[in-house]
Amino acid sequence: MRYSLWRILREACSGHRRWEPAWRDASPKSGYEVIVVGGGGHGLATAYYLAKVHGVREVAVLEKGGIGLGNAGRNTTIIRSNYLLPGNNPFYELSMRLWEGLERDLNYNVMVSQRGVLNLFHSDAQRDAYVRRGNAMHLHGVDAELLDREAVRRMLPFLEFENARFPIQGGLLQRRGGTARHDAVVWGYARAASGLGVDIVQNCEVTGLIREGGRIVGVRSSRGDIRAGKVAVAVAGHSSRVAALAGLRLPIESHVLQAFVSEAVKPLIPCVVTFGAGHFYVSQSDKGGLVFGGDLDGYNSYAQRGNLPMVEEVCASGMALMPMIGRLRLLRSWGGVMDMSMDGSPIIDRTPLEGLYLNAGWCYGGFKATPASGYCFAHLLAREESHEVARAFRLDRFATGHLLDEKGQGPHPNLH
Amino acid sequence: MRIACPFCGDRDLSEFTCFGEAGCPRPLPDREDAAARFLEAVYLRDNPAGVHRELWYHASGCRSWLEVTRDTRTHEIRAVRFASEAREA
Repeated sequence: MRYSLWRILREACSGHRRWEPAWRDASPKSGYEVIVVGGGGHGLATAYYLAKVHGVREVAVLEKGGIGLGNAGRNTTIIRSNYLLPGNNPFYELSMRLWEGLERDLNYNVMVSQRGVLNLFHSDAQRDAYVRRGNAMHLHGVDAELLDREAVRRMLPFLEFENARFPIQGGLLQRRGGTARHDAVVWGYARAASGLGVDIVQNCEVTGLIREGGRIVGVRSSRGDIRAGKVAVAVAGHSSRVAALAGLRLPIESHVLQAFVSEAVKPLIPCVVTFGAGHFYVSQSDKGGLVFGGDLDGYNSYAQRGNLPMVEEVCASGMALMPMIGRLRLLRSWGGVMDMSMDGSPIIDRTPLEGLYLNAGWCYGGFKATPASGYCFAHLLAREESHEVARAFRLDRFATGHLLDEKGQGPHPNLH
Repeated sequence: MRIACPFCGDRDLSEFTCFGEAGCPRPLPDREDAAARFLEAVYLRDNPAGVHRELWYHASGCRSWLEVTRDTRTHEIRAVRFASEAREA
């Protein structure tokens, strides 16, 4: 059922009682060409592009709970492609371009809002780093603008410019960056994939992998054994657990990242803005709440909740950037389980086991990558070769030394 | 989360820094299989959902290195000892 103005008018004539569910809640068949494990944004996008771009229609997405209830529903909804490294930048730019056409492509309103992403800098050294990053973005055809202090002041006059310790000297602005509605992204991909014949199977936890002669030929699940030509794992946050079913150890630790939303206020923050002297990023949702977050708690966790010291640190960073928010009350805070890879960059690759494919290690940058992650993972599954913009996301880069350490932190996942 | 430091007593999480999984000793670089062992020691992790042995540094306290046994699903701390004791055990 295609959504359009005409459709709304027609449904209105019948009192809006004839709308159908957006996607089909399927029961698993005995076998598929491809099984995608994980019904988050990345898994559903993978299934959608497999069906749409590569014509692979015998696809199932297995989700242990309900779709989109993991990290796809727990992020701060920021989209951007302001990356430095040549292995990363073209991938995130592909994602940005897919975001720009996503609503038309999916026939679903995912509320992409290109309101701009502004990264502030507070020292000469940080300015140099952002100039370098902006130049790297230009070299890859990505938009970037360096703003001086006065330009930032015109844009965001409420920031704390007189902070003696961390004076705002300017910022790097990507105008095409912004936000999208995270749940709608999940629902939109689910609807579009389901419309192309993909089976979306909920409450179906993968409990084991079926091996035949060293090859993975299916999964054991809480809803029975399901065979498949290829098994594609997109369960970021829990990649190590699924890999352990195959006897693999990954260069990944699971960490908790907290996010926060304040009570709703009138339109205040026109873009996404990040504090360069601490780790704090904030945007304002369409409902009016300030959505913000900061660093990881810093220890391994599958608990989906964090501790108070990080709540205090994130709020203190927010206060240092914009003291006026001190009188706002927090409405909610929550935690998500992040797939923190050892170099801070993702993995989209085959595994040493034939028939098993891995999409993992998204750290806390997975949401913005959703379209390109699905696009490139589908490309790998269908064509047996990496997409040209995802060639650096290899699993064996930790053995060969071709790391993608955007932040230059070394093998400490809690610092990326 | 509070950690019972064997030297300082029960202290708030904010005094500590986590260094990750315990029991990843640095391999000897002159062994024949050193490259594979370094890959395991530096990059590969069990990352269990459940009981996890990990190293913590009491940065704002006695500056001891601790080995903490903790459940990653609940954050419940099962045991704390000095990392040096763990190494000798």
